[in-house]
Amino acid sequence: MLVEEKTSLAEEIDFLVEKIGNDRSALLPILHEIQKKYRYISDYAQQEIARHLRVQPVEVYSVISFYAFLNSEPKGRNIVRICRTVSCEMKGKLALEKAIEREVNVKIGETTKDKKFTVEYANCLGLCDVAPAMSINDRVYTRLTPEKAVQLLNEVK
Amino acid sequence: MENTKKERTGKVIFSEYKRGGGIIKAVSMKRDEILFELKNSKLKGRGGAGFPTSTKWMLTAASISEEKYIICNADEGEPGTFKDRVLLAEYPELVFDGMVIAGYTIGAKTGIVYLRGEYEYLLQPLKDYLEAMRKDNLLGKDILGKEGFDFDIEIFLGSGAYVCGEETALIESLEGHRGEARNRPPYPVNTGYNGKPTSVNNVETLATIPHIMLKGSDWFNSVGTDKSTGSKLMSVSGDCEKPGVYEIPWGTTINELLEMVGAENTKAVQVGGASGFCYPKSQFDRKFGYEDAATGGSVIIFNENRKMLSVLKNFMEFFVEESCGQCTPCRIGNTKLLEGIEMIEKGEHTFTYINKLKDLGSTMQVSSKCGLGQSSPNSFLSILENFKDEVLNYNNGGDNGGI
Repeated sequence: MLVEEKTSLAEEIDFLVEKIGNDRSALLPILHEIQKKYRYISDYAQQEIARHLRVQPVEVYSVISFYAFLNSEPKGRNIVRICRTVSCEMKGKLALEKAIEREVNVKIGETTKDKKFTVEYANCLGLCDVAPAMSINDRVYTRLTPEKAVQLLNEVK
Repeated sequence: MENTKKERTGKVIFSEYKRGGGIIKAVSMKRDEILFELKNSKLKGRGGAGFPTSTKWMLTAASISEEKYIICNADEGEPGTFKDRVLLAEYPELVFDGMVIAGYTIGAKTGIVYLRGEYEYLLQPLKDYLEAMRKDNLLGKDILGKEGFDFDIEIFLGSGAYVCGEETALIESLEGHRGEARNRPPYPVNTGYNGKPTSVNNVETLATIPHIMLKGSDWFNSVGTDKSTGSKLMSVSGDCEKPGVYEIPWGTTINELLEMVGAENTKAVQVGGASGFCYPKSQFDRKFGYEDAATGGSVIIFNENRKMLSVLKNFMEFFVEESCGQCTPCRIGNTKLLEGIEMIEKGEHTFTYINKLKDLGSTMQVSSKCGLGQSSPNSFLSILENFKDEVLNYNNGGDNGGI
């Protein structure tokens, strides 16, 4: 990591601690913000957050590793989550998944070479009545066909 | 009945309501009167466990502390459940008014909505809604002129963990820890968020309360059955014409619901999501209710063409992934059940081993630390019981021998 990047990350964390607080219950909201902006929480960020909250860095890591939406490794710029729950599966999730895998040339759980997409499963997006569903970042899309899903991916920058 | 807000109808939750109505009524009453009214309504928690809401509130109200919390559990993660999404998106006035009434009754100054990460798109609209409530003095200081009644609501975003729907895991998560369930006792009503008395209620439970305040417990008791009063929101998905959220009085049978949603050639109905029970055709006359087919509201419909073993595999994969891993029965048990399903799939199972797995399932039900592991074997046990011939002959050409 470049020194400049480090400094800006440290400033960001300073700002978040100032805004949200430095007690333990501020941990997840801070991690959320960092995850959102940088798409992962680096070792350095973990150490900085731990220092501010006066806990061990491993505590921060243990929290990150628990939650599906927080990562300690870099991911793609856009996170695609395909709902894998039974209601979506009955409405054609497999065709959706295969079409996406072919189109961006990765398997579920992987990141494309150009770092544009990470494709993952989601455990029930709560859109069973309008299945099959997937999310791209924090937006959700419903009643998808494989064609429509691929088209949505192509529209993403 | 098309499934949009305009055309949704129901006897309780989807009946007419104007923002603030329940709060106006509540602040004109004494706290004891509210608790008495709730007790009389026999309202039970709508998340699935069915704990009497009045008892939870009474215990929290009776705990002596400067700070108390009311938490709205919007970590709706059960496969096939989406009623909370509909309530928060289309009826936020009911949920938030319910929280304000709860705050008034138990003496809490802070309400927290634990919103699951998957519903992040609801965050901004809900925040805007809270801001509008502040402007109308439905939140903030001396609410509606009631001196000393200060209450505000904040929203906390979850990060994609099913187990955080369990109330003590939810509190752990709010405090910035891994979402691992706590030992109980002590219960959250005494020692909850930050060690303070806390009442954790489901979104739907809270949304019911303003109606009870306005129209009274006798009116509420007139809907539903003797033991299960009121109505229930059902999230219906799967093989039917009109999936969506339906409000039904408790006591409605599975058959009646199937008819309502236009389901044909139904082979099985999974009631209560992945952690619920799977009912075959012969049991479609069972009634929804705490005394019979209990549910948090998830109904997944399977027609004659569905393979129940594949359904079961999908459920068990879910639990293997979502088990938090702190207690052995759940961590290892779910993995073993999934392995068993894969053996059946390949035709490598023996009856002796399947019987052992059933025993394991029963052991998990009694020995797991929290509701996840206690309920995850339900689908395994009920599908193996009710669809034995189909499932165990999966690799022999199905229950008709492949001919």
